Amino acid sequence: MSDTWLEVQDLTVHHGQLRAVDGVSFQVARGEVLTMVGANGAGKSTLLRTIAGLHHQTSGTISFKGVNVTKLAPQRRVRMGISLVPEGRRLFPSLTLEENLQVGAHRATKGSFTIERVYELFEWMPQRRRQRAWQFSGGEQQAIAIGRALVANPQVLMLDELSLGLAPIVVERIYALIPEIVAQGVGILLVEQDVTLGVGVANRVHCLLEGKTSLVGTPGELSALQIERAYFGAEMSSPSHHHEDHP
Amino acid sequence: MSVLTNASNPGEGLLRVRRSTHSPVYTLVGSLVLVVLLTVAPWIVPAEWSAVLQNFFILVTMATMWNLLAGYAGMISIGQQAFVGLGAYATLFFALKGVNPFYTIPLAAITCLVIAYPVTFLLFRLRGGYFAVATWVVASTAGIIIVNQAYLGGGTGKLLPGMPNLAPRSLQHLIYLATWAVALAVVTATYFLLRSRLGLVLASIRDNEVSARSSGTKVTSARRLVFLIAAAGTGAAGAVLALSQTYLQTGNEFNLQWAAEMLFVSMIGGLGTIEGPILGCIIFFALQQSLAQQGAWYLIIFGTIAVAVAIWQPRGLWGAFRDRFHVELLPVGHWVGDRKSEMKVRRPWFARLVPRGRKKPLT
Amino acid sequence: MIWLNVVIQGVLVGGFYALFACGLSLMFGVMRVINLAHGDMAVVAAYVAVFLTPHAHIPEVWAFLVVAPLFGLVGYVVQRTLIQKSIDRDPFTTLLVTFGLSVIIENLLLEIYSSNGQIVNVGELITKSWHPQTIIYISYVSLAVLAAAVVVLALLQLFLSKSGTGRLIRAVADDHEAAQLSGTNYQHIFGIAAAIAFATVALAGISYGMMTEFAPTSGGVNLLFAFETVVIGGIGSLWGTLVGGIALGVAQQFGAHINPEYQVLAGNILFLVVLAVRPQGLFGKKTALS
Repeated sequence: MSDTWLEVQDLTVHHGQLRAVDGVSFQVARGEVLTMVGANGAGKSTLLRTIAGLHHQTSGTISFKGVNVTKLAPQRRVRMGISLVPEGRRLFPSLTLEENLQVGAHRATKGSFTIERVYELFEWMPQRRRQRAWQFSGGEQQAIAIGRALVANPQVLMLDELSLGLAPIVVERIYALIPEIVAQGVGILLVEQDVTLGVGVANRVHCLLEGKTSLVGTPGELSALQIERAYFGAEMSSPSHHHEDHP
Repeated sequence: MSVLTNASNPGEGLLRVRRSTHSPVYTLVGSLVLVVLLTVAPWIVPAEWSAVLQNFFILVTMATMWNLLAGYAGMISIGQQAFVGLGAYATLFFALKGVNPFYTIPLAAITCLVIAYPVTFLLFRLRGGYFAVATWVVASTAGIIIVNQAYLGGGTGKLLPGMPNLAPRSLQHLIYLATWAVALAVVTATYFLLRSRLGLVLASIRDNEVSARSSGTKVTSARRLVFLIAAAGTGAAGAVLALSQTYLQTGNEFNLQWAAEMLFVSMIGGLGTIEGPILGCIIFFALQQSLAQQGAWYLIIFGTIAVAVAIWQPRGLWGAFRDRFHVELLPVGHWVGDRKSEMKVRRPWFARLVPRGRKKPLT
Repeated sequence: MIWLNVVIQGVLVGGFYALFACGLSLMFGVMRVINLAHGDMAVVAAYVAVFLTPHAHIPEVWAFLVVAPLFGLVGYVVQRTLIQKSIDRDPFTTLLVTFGLSVIIENLLLEIYSSNGQIVNVGELITKSWHPQTIIYISYVSLAVLAAAVVVLALLQLFLSKSGTGRLIRAVADDHEAAQLSGTNYQHIFGIAAAIAFATVALAGISYGMMTEFAPTSGGVNLLFAFETVVIGGIGSLWGTLVGGIALGVAQQFGAHINPEYQVLAGNILFLVVLAVRPQGLFGKKTALS
């Protein structure tokens, strides 16, 4: 499938003796958004970090455009076209906004996302480009972090917990960017604790529970109850509380 | 960690927690035999051997204390020689005042403890490498101050007065026994200390300092206590060093070489084990004896081994042996499980310092 | 007037301390590594200048042109192999390994070259100095070293703030994992930082050899001064390092003026006072504190 850009097969990742990711498989195609939902500790961040190359997997394969990247160092994967916006933004605090973007671009492949394009996406950036990154607010930092990943012109963009620690209105604005990015043909792998947000932008949804896949489908196919059960594990919800079950 | 609960078989949840992997009787009997042998050694072995044993005990004392500081409490110091020197010169000081030099040993230890106390308030503002170099600054300062005291020998050194009027051979035996007594006391005290509540506190700080603090553990106090104990123990080593040399030459006791030896010996033997420094000292003296004629080469070779061990076998030789064969002569940790499903709860303390995202697996 | 000379001598030696310390500061700032072999590397550079460059028919006074780049190369290799392996373990190991290296180097030098003092031959320059007043005397060599220190620090500052590689070094220093996610091979950048550190320490060592006698154990005492300089000036600031060096130099000269034995002691006391009163140093940004 030439449209499948990222393919993960039977991935198992350990954190010490704890199995954080257990036999997970999925694909991300060009121009689509795959959302991973799950509670804290479900293994989502570990999964993204492993795909990015920061963490060693125990077994399974990761392929990018048909090429097995399992043994490649993180910086090699970036140059091939996989970018991660990590949990917590992780900007370079002592560098200016522009320098942060420049670092993101220094190994960029050719593409439509240049630093100027990012400045167009976020109109407030140009006049503050010489401010140090630590001086920006959480939402602004998130935007800069996304910009930094975009200027590398990735083909698969992984977003880890975009909404964490941000005010709802700020999160809305950030999420409004996603269709624009997808329109350029970028495939997005989105990790979110907030189910509504995550499912809202998704083409497909993948639920993780204690490292294992608990539910897969499109937003249209899956009901809120199904997702809730997959999120928490079947024992958590009792039928009498949910009206969807009653005809 | 979820591995400890066996959710699928709830009835089998009970696990044993033990202090040692083998019966403590072996350790007890073995130790007694060793203690007796070493006590009567001077009367059995040639004089040169007992001199070597003496130096061995002094280094064991210093290394055990250094290891307590670094391996158990997480503070790397390259300034412990301050207390070697202070202990030695405290002995001289009290001897000049008329105290029997052998009785100055506990006095020297206490002096070092008293001096160490205010120093901790300064040093504890730093961590890691900065703490280490700051300890060196302290040692350098102490050395300069002491060495400039005319009363204590100034530029030329001084003879230790008040040694008992005995035949040279008997005096040597006495000094040997003093050195041996100090080493035995220090190692035994360390052993019981680590099995005590303080040992548990140190282990909890090692594993996760933030958790330890938030559950009420007085982290800084524990560290301070350990630093003071290490100062006292090292001071005692300095005191017996003075006794065995009898003539205190300026500055030798404050030499950085002591720091190097304590460190190398503990690294090679194994940080965070009591047996480790002892094993390291054995190797050190074996090497030194065989290379005695080669000047500084033994230190070069020893240093190279230490560096290699640190990089490729960070648990040290004893640590590797212990992990492979599950043997602990002086057990201070806890073992969970039964003999078959041996799940070792204790990891080398510095494993937790490894940052997230390392390419290698975390165990 | 005599106190003016004391201050001037302090400033002159302070420039040297700053040159010595900037490599230490760089390695800590970028990799969080305290290289306890830093002082000994400088001494090795001096020995190379005295004993090995004459084989290449280079006069000792110009040795730095060859030795500095050579040390840069050595620094890169040592970083990518030994030091990187230690970093991958944990900070403890790095400390222990660099300390071990320091002891090994010192004793190797002792075995090979004995404990005799050596000096880098700068010909007649060593004797020349400037006497603006009878009491004040400024040796040309010391002045040259101070000038070199200022130039090196300025170039380094420029490199870090304006160049692409400098930017990468700053990024890696801030967060090397995030730098990886931006496509940077952070180990390579660590190597470059180490190369710069080693090159500057070579310059410092040769300068030292020009100014005074050196011996295998000189490294240890100079490491102490470099470290004190960094802490007094403040971790993370290159110009702070210059100010720290000068402060240390002046303090030492004051101490020496009272009693030659007190030179090192005066510096130690200033260090301990700064530690007690303002632990982050005079210009400190980042801190290595609890």
